[in-house]
Amino acid sequence: MSAQPRPFVEEAPRGATRRVIGEVILSVEGVSLSFGGVKALSEVSFDVREHEIRAIIGPNGAGKSSMLNVINGVYHPQKGTVRFLGRPRQDVDTHEAAAQGIARTFQSLALFKGMNVLDNIMTGRNLRMKASLLAQAIRFGPAEREELEHRAVVERIIDFLEIQAYRRTPVGRLPYGLQKRVDLGRALAMEPRLLLLDEPMAGMNVEEKQDMCRFILDVNDEFGTTIVLIEHDMGVVMDLSDRVVVLDYGKKIGDGTPEEVRNNPAVVDAYLGVSH
Amino acid sequence: MKQRYLPVAILIAVLAVGLALPLATNASAPGFYIEVLLGGLMAGVLYSLVALGFVLIFKASGVFNFAQGAMVLFAALSVARIAEQVPLWAAVLLGIAIMVLLAVVVERLVLRPLVNQEGVVLLMATLGVSYFLDGFGQTVWGSDIYSIELGLSKAPVMILGDLFKGGILINKDDVAAAVVAVLLVAALAVFFQKTATGRALRAVADDHQAAQSIGIPLNRIWVIVWSVAGVVAVVAGMVWGAKLGVQFSISQVALKALPVVILGGFTSIPGAIIGGLIIGVGEKMAEVFLGPVLVRAFDLAGGGIENWFAYVLALLFLLVRPEGLFGERIIDRV
Repeated sequence: MSAQPRPFVEEAPRGATRRVIGEVILSVEGVSLSFGGVKALSEVSFDVREHEIRAIIGPNGAGKSSMLNVINGVYHPQKGTVRFLGRPRQDVDTHEAAAQGIARTFQSLALFKGMNVLDNIMTGRNLRMKASLLAQAIRFGPAEREELEHRAVVERIIDFLEIQAYRRTPVGRLPYGLQKRVDLGRALAMEPRLLLLDEPMAGMNVEEKQDMCRFILDVNDEFGTTIVLIEHDMGVVMDLSDRVVVLDYGKKIGDGTPEEVRNNPAVVDAYLGVSH
Repeated sequence: MKQRYLPVAILIAVLAVGLALPLATNASAPGFYIEVLLGGLMAGVLYSLVALGFVLIFKASGVFNFAQGAMVLFAALSVARIAEQVPLWAAVLLGIAIMVLLAVVVERLVLRPLVNQEGVVLLMATLGVSYFLDGFGQTVWGSDIYSIELGLSKAPVMILGDLFKGGILINKDDVAAAVVAVLLVAALAVFFQKTATGRALRAVADDHQAAQSIGIPLNRIWVIVWSVAGVVAVVAGMVWGAKLGVQFSISQVALKALPVVILGGFTSIPGAIIGGLIIGVGEKMAEVFLGPVLVRAFDLAGGGIENWFAYVLALLFLLVRPEGLFGERIIDRV
């Protein structure tokens, strides 16, 4: 699909919802990343359009997580640029990427175990809290109001993710599937422009996977959040995503709609051929 | 859940009996008992202040900062020597500035290069910082015993003199120290629980990577928390220094803060305070009242209880409640 400057309306692959797929908000241009002598990514380029769900797939060790970590600012590529919202970024740190509107969830859970569900999700609002330290400490008028506003947003997210019953539960006590939801909730609380999901269904049973799929689609539909996700479950990827990037040994070997990717011989050889 | 609390309840009951028994046997001279109690509380406040520094840094960076004692000594030395040249308030401000500078340097030279390393690596690093600071303090400020004058009269004041014979003798600077400690703790508790920065600190404590991904700058948080621990060290150093003189032993006495944080919980600010008070009072009571009993009953020498009491108490707590009185119990699903 060639880059189109004008937003276009696309028939969503599911249901009757029509989402407006917008302009390119993230472009990865010729990114190479290596650790010592090991090449994790070589000359990878692709773009992500606003409001779309973009999947990155590939066999183990293909460089998917490295790619996500480059977008997220954990790794700094030796070559190439990442352009977010039109601005090229060089050596942006994770917290700066977050400030620019990039949120993520983690493959292995990385929740704040000492806190309950509410506080975990509340931390996602941290960047948006403007009141001064002192004002917050003494619960001075505007600071109190601000806290309540953020709390209201967090409550909406809790409702949305259907975890109302666990507000005050320490996250460590929740079942795995629910912890994954809290992780998603914390990322959503940032109201990100771009949401990175690192294997959101890893280790889940069928039921939990269905729930998570529904949440991802709803986030995309209701909030218009652009999503980049890594996933192993091919069925999930084909159902969820608008476009798919395929990596193998750090190189891009395919890019297109699920249909196109499915019929791409290189992809079939490298990935689908193995798993099917 | 029930049987988890039972051993703790028993332990606390035993402590309470230990507290009450000497009063019952010395009912004729309550003044002496109360003085021992106050002396214990005072020592406890000092322990608490050092323990606070441990807890702050542990909460926010998961690092057990072995250098906290050395920081207290360094802060006390700085304030004491600077106060020889300028008024005390200016010396305190300069002392705080020095500790903030130290926080920046530690973050830049020690923590940042070691980010994402194992906890034990960071512990060793802080051990290094500790010995460096001990020596560096002597290099810069000298190794004599210095004094900090808080400007309060040293003469003890007698209170409750008409209530019972002898009354109770208390020191004004002890009272001042206790008031300062209470204010400091209240401020810190509010800071951690009620502010976004406090929440960010707790987030960093739990998971560095996740904290960064929600936009919390790790390096700045570390500077903040080491600075706060530095300010606590200034307060602790002044209180210690005013009472005992500023000398090398301060950094050693700080090791008493270890049992305090085990008792109170590594992540709890109120725990550090209450743990400090329990240990301060406990060891004084044991020394003064348990010692003579041991002498009479078992013909032991009876001394030195003050030296081991805290550690034995901490060991008991490790057995029945490893997370301490107020620590966060982290449930890991396996």
